[in-house]
Amino acid sequence: MNRFTTLCYKELLRFFKVGFQTVGAPVLTTLLYLVIFGNALEGRLEAYPGLRYSAFLVPGLVMMSVLQNAFANSSSSLIQSKITGNIVFVLLSPISYGEFFAAYITASIVRGLVVGLCVLAVGAAFVSLPVHAPWWALAFGLLGAALLGSLGLVAAVVSDKIDQVAAFQNFVILPLTFLSGVFYSIHALPPFWQRLSHANPFFYMVDGFRYGFFGASDFPPAASLAIVFASVLAVSSATLLLLRSGYKLRH
Amino acid sequence: MSLEVEEGEFFGLLGPNGAGKTTLINVIAGLARADAGSARVMGADVRSEYRRARRMLGVVPQELVFDPFFTVRETLRLQSGYYGLRHNDAWIDEVMHHLDLTGKADANMRSLSGGMKRRVLVAQALVHKPPVIVLDEPTAGVDVELRQGLWQFVRRMNADGHSIVLTTHYLEEAETHCGRIAMLKEGRIVALDTTRNLLGSFSGLELRVVTEEGGEQRLRLASYLELEQALARLRRAGVTIREMEVHPPDLEEVFLRLTGRAS
Repeated sequence: MNRFTTLCYKELLRFFKVGFQTVGAPVLTTLLYLVIFGNALEGRLEAYPGLRYSAFLVPGLVMMSVLQNAFANSSSSLIQSKITGNIVFVLLSPISYGEFFAAYITASIVRGLVVGLCVLAVGAAFVSLPVHAPWWALAFGLLGAALLGSLGLVAAVVSDKIDQVAAFQNFVILPLTFLSGVFYSIHALPPFWQRLSHANPFFYMVDGFRYGFFGASDFPPAASLAIVFASVLAVSSATLLLLRSGYKLRH
Repeated sequence: MSLEVEEGEFFGLLGPNGAGKTTLINVIAGLARADAGSARVMGADVRSEYRRARRMLGVVPQELVFDPFFTVRETLRLQSGYYGLRHNDAWIDEVMHHLDLTGKADANMRSLSGGMKRRVLVAQALVHKPPVIVLDEPTAGVDVELRQGLWQFVRRMNADGHSIVLTTHYLEEAETHCGRIAMLKEGRIVALDTTRNLLGSFSGLELRVVTEEGGEQRLRLASYLELEQALARLRRAGVTIREMEVHPPDLEEVFLRLTGRAS
């Protein structure tokens, strides 16, 4: 194996070895959301004409799992390695910061997509779901996972303690996900909140991903894709610069 | 500080806590970046040619670090992969054999004792057969049996042509193994010479007596001829000797004198 594939393989092995937690837990959470919100709101909300609320909900939940798990993979792995000190094995080796970045992001994407697929399979078992444009869904899934994997790296690099990563997750990632339109169409919101939602990059990921299933969205999917792509480029570049500087990794 | 270690040397880096031994090693290993100056490993600059420099270097870190997700063999295979090495199992097996790790190959890292974890750290530093091996306090907290085995192995690596750089608190280890020694204090080299010369430069003898009251005194003598006078002085002072020892200078004394902590 070469350096990149080894580090990537290590990251994936780590995630599969605790598969019960890493895949089982988000699947269970999704089921709970589906049962609770799906049943409570079924018939009261109609996001798109003729679409059942629980069907509307599933792609949002899938994308939420993709994003949260992509973030969790890179952030928890790196912060644990930093705290326990075993990051030194990677830092001593000839692995470049580019290979380091690529390996962590690839592993984040794989974890995000694997968990997303499991959640989708469970959701589809309960609700019949159309698939209008799967490649669009995949593109948004990939880019979203890459973006969150990158944010996870940043959070872990700048943090010294697990609490700080958790704070990043709870005060930044979680609100942005919940306010991205996972549970509702932003057209149901008052104009002010609609405008505010457009400032949330997560909205475009969830909305675009949902387009892949229903062929309908709150925002033109091509424009969403461009915005998400630009976000990935910006955040990745910032992360690469951070890693190159050795900030909080090489003292 | 300017320091050069020759190929094939067994070199000791000594100094009190905070002298800068680990910082120096971290700069060489690329774990820290020097504010000024440069470091090279076998001619490769640790910043501009970091890939080549790191391939030449195997570092056994001071802290007992490990990845709790993996077994010993997985750990060593991953470490090989970080250096771009495929099919390294023959060498991994050999290293595990010499470090008495074969029986633990499939054990999770978490389940190993401290001494065993230390051996895995040594094995990890050797997976890519580096010509330069840095051991940062390798025997801290290690039992006597392992310490012997470890030295045997390191000496063999040295005999095979590997350069060894050792930092240690156990001065007798440095005295036994190192051909040349640098003593550090507050980031500066206070002595740099062969072990023999360092010991030789502090000629004379040391007389150590423990008195009846339990106090300890150390007296420096030019030769055995002065011994009688010294004892007579003690007798006149009314000191009753319970224990007495005369020995040539050891590294500890050299170390204490050079770092200004001699009594």
